[in-house]
Amino acid sequence: MSTLPQTRLASHYVVNLPEPDDFDFWREAARALVQCGVAPEHIAWVEPGGSGDLFAAAAAPGEQPLPLPTADARPVRASKRFVSLARNAILHSDPERFGLLYRLLWRLQATPRIMEDKADPDVRRAEELDKAVRRDSHKMHAFVRFRLVEAGDEESETREHYVAWFEPEHHILRANAGFFMRRFANMRWSILTPRGSLHWDGATMSEGPPAQRSDAPGGDPMEELWRGYYASIFNPARLKVGAMLKEMPRKYWKDMPEAALIPGLVAGAQKRESAMVEKGALEFEERPDTLAAIDKAIRACRKCPIGQLDNHAVMGEGPQDAALMIVGEQPGDQEDQAGRPFVGPAGQLLDAHLEKAGIDRRAAYVTNAVKHFKYVQRGKRRLHQNPGAKEIDTCRWWIESERAIVGPKLVLAMGASAARSLLGKTVSISRVRGAPIALEDGSELWVTAHPSYLLRLEGAAREEQTRLFDADLAAVRERLAELAG
Amino acid sequence: MAVLTTLQKLEILADAAKYDASCASSGTARRNSLGGKGLGSTEGMGICHAYAPDGRCISLLKILLTNHCVFDCHYCVNRKSSNVARARFSPQEVVDLTLAFYRRNYIEGLFLSSGIVKSSNHTMEQLVEVARILREEHDFRGYIHLKAIPEADAEIVHQAGLYADRVSINVELPTDSGLTRLAPDKDARQIEGAMGRVKNDITELKDAHKRFKHAPRFAPAGQSTQMIVGADAATDVDIVGKASRLYDSFGLRRVYYSAFSPIPDASAVLPLKRPPLIREHRLYQSDWLMRFYGYKPAEVMQATEADGNLPLDIDPKLAWALKFREAFPVDVNRASKEQLLRVPGLGVTAVGRILASRRHRALRLDDVALLTQSVTKVRPFICTVDWRPITLTDRADLRSLLAPKTEQLELFAA
Repeated sequence: MSTLPQTRLASHYVVNLPEPDDFDFWREAARALVQCGVAPEHIAWVEPGGSGDLFAAAAAPGEQPLPLPTADARPVRASKRFVSLARNAILHSDPERFGLLYRLLWRLQATPRIMEDKADPDVRRAEELDKAVRRDSHKMHAFVRFRLVEAGDEESETREHYVAWFEPEHHILRANAGFFMRRFANMRWSILTPRGSLHWDGATMSEGPPAQRSDAPGGDPMEELWRGYYASIFNPARLKVGAMLKEMPRKYWKDMPEAALIPGLVAGAQKRESAMVEKGALEFEERPDTLAAIDKAIRACRKCPIGQLDNHAVMGEGPQDAALMIVGEQPGDQEDQAGRPFVGPAGQLLDAHLEKAGIDRRAAYVTNAVKHFKYVQRGKRRLHQNPGAKEIDTCRWWIESERAIVGPKLVLAMGASAARSLLGKTVSISRVRGAPIALEDGSELWVTAHPSYLLRLEGAAREEQTRLFDADLAAVRERLAELAG
Repeated sequence: MAVLTTLQKLEILADAAKYDASCASSGTARRNSLGGKGLGSTEGMGICHAYAPDGRCISLLKILLTNHCVFDCHYCVNRKSSNVARARFSPQEVVDLTLAFYRRNYIEGLFLSSGIVKSSNHTMEQLVEVARILREEHDFRGYIHLKAIPEADAEIVHQAGLYADRVSINVELPTDSGLTRLAPDKDARQIEGAMGRVKNDITELKDAHKRFKHAPRFAPAGQSTQMIVGADAATDVDIVGKASRLYDSFGLRRVYYSAFSPIPDASAVLPLKRPPLIREHRLYQSDWLMRFYGYKPAEVMQATEADGNLPLDIDPKLAWALKFREAFPVDVNRASKEQLLRVPGLGVTAVGRILASRRHRALRLDDVALLTQSVTKVRPFICTVDWRPITLTDRADLRSLLAPKTEQLELFAA
């Protein structure tokens, strides 16, 4: 810029900063320049390694010594907010930052509250720098990954040595030494960056020259565990790649051991999602709203292993407005073949006792907790197997659909399986029988033994259980009359 | 059964813990490891050391001590009747893992929960033991969040609070009937009783700490809770109401919402339809409105639609503004802070900037554009020196003009 007039150059000052993050030096120089009345456009700020701006380079040969303020110069005013913001913003890598902050300091002398004017372009820019530096520092706290490079040795009293490689965007290394010192006070660690390095031995901090990635060796076995944790804590049912990238941009990935997993995790989750959409018909269905629809749906139901056996779904039967719903365990061999509930030996026993108690089976809706027959094949015979808790819970969907349509006032659950399908938990029959249990839809549940239990007993035990069974049925009969009245 | 390696156990027990929404590590007492024997610091703001592809922050080692459980809660992947792989860590194993991760700057600390084994008391004692070893034997000064088991004795839960930064007890479901149905072994009164005791301990020891410098700290980061959204029939009105009652009664720091997400080996009692993730997001937004924007719970409820749920296509603040158009436009040069906070598109920061800047200049629309994220969103609801929305707040199609494109929102939420 040789065309610039000589006289103008003479009134320009060049300030050479010893370090790119030396706030105290900047503050001293800026204070003196404000006191001497040097306007912002007459100063060039040059950081080490930087060329400064254009006229600074031209001025370099004949540098003007900085002016010294006189003893009676007016003190420089700066708000607290400005000082704290400048201290942080000066760490930014923008070469214009020193000039910008000086311009703000200059304007602060005339307008002391200028920092409040958030719509002012200088204030806005300074706040942007401050925010970018804070973010960079925060990401450094978050994403520095130490690796154990040297095991400790008690004999020679050497501590384990942890080394991290990190590439900050701004001049934040020195400013953040304290954070790592306070956190890892009793650990020996080094943080290496392209702008310099820090070493803490458990007592003192020392600074070192810029480093390269190859100075931080890899191979810490703990990284495998960390990757395992990262992959497992991720919930593939919810993929929000954008939200992840916003907070953890790709530029940090190369120095984070877990980041190598990300593409695979994302691809896997998308595959899983599309598989679920394909299976949609089975996974996401509406509750059927007629008994016929339930009947149709349970024939196709293969949601538990029982549905996979060679058997037929058995639908409940009875009036759609029945006041009483009787729930058994599951169809047996005969029910499976007939396609109707309670037609086998247990059904015949039930019929006899219902009649004795004065309950009309034809007026009740009779069904089972589990819709398919669970058995093991023994030669030609199919031996009954109790359904598991999981299977009962799976089938609960159907019994609830039936209840929603029939809307019984009273539900009689016979046996532990039936009770579980109504209550969602396994209860002891002897403890809950004989008294109503309120269900959430306002109806009430009575629990009794399953008639097939009576069939398996003999002698006095059978007599005792039969008496209890009859008593339960009689109580239900009485309660039904009350509810009807 | 083959002996599991540490990695296998970690994978099982982290997988089992991922349905817990919270990973916060902020707002606890400040401390560091200078002058101590161990490691760790907490400096107010929590740090997210990584983000998973689900967009969630990974701040803590969040695992279960064991995923064996004697309970049979239907929404839970670890319930007794589920077929998932089971594993169990010893307290010492969790301690070693926490320290190894912490030294490498992977985490801020530990968030430990557990399935119920043997008894509630036994399980709670094991959780407390982990925290005790970390604090007493290793002088660990990082963050610890312990899940308290409401069925355990009060004395053991009290111990947990003395070691942990945060104690949380999950209310699980927004309604009592939902709890009875889906978590048959749990009892709402027991849960709230335990939360009440934790609240009392926090208040009492906070007070003691003010008066006696060496009084023990009790859960300095407070207590929080979590409820599952979309597993029962509760509407957003129910949920917002429940959350505000919980905030009031138990002085909670946070109520977390977790959209019920399809779990492997699901119980058939659960709805087969997954609630859209955006519903969880809208509930968090309503939480923000109550905590930072001065909305009363009743006002948030006013923003819901006829079915009692918040609209999914627009945020609750905009929904409220569209219902109460007479409250707008708001003059940015004169309106109170409370009025400005009601403007859709103006956040707490932007309102602060407007209040500071308008002392120096009469704000024009261009100035507002500099102070906010998107002036287009704000414009229909404000007046400036040079701008007045004459007809816009009356336009019937305002909602469709302002609602973001649904495709963007629902990309992965279907």
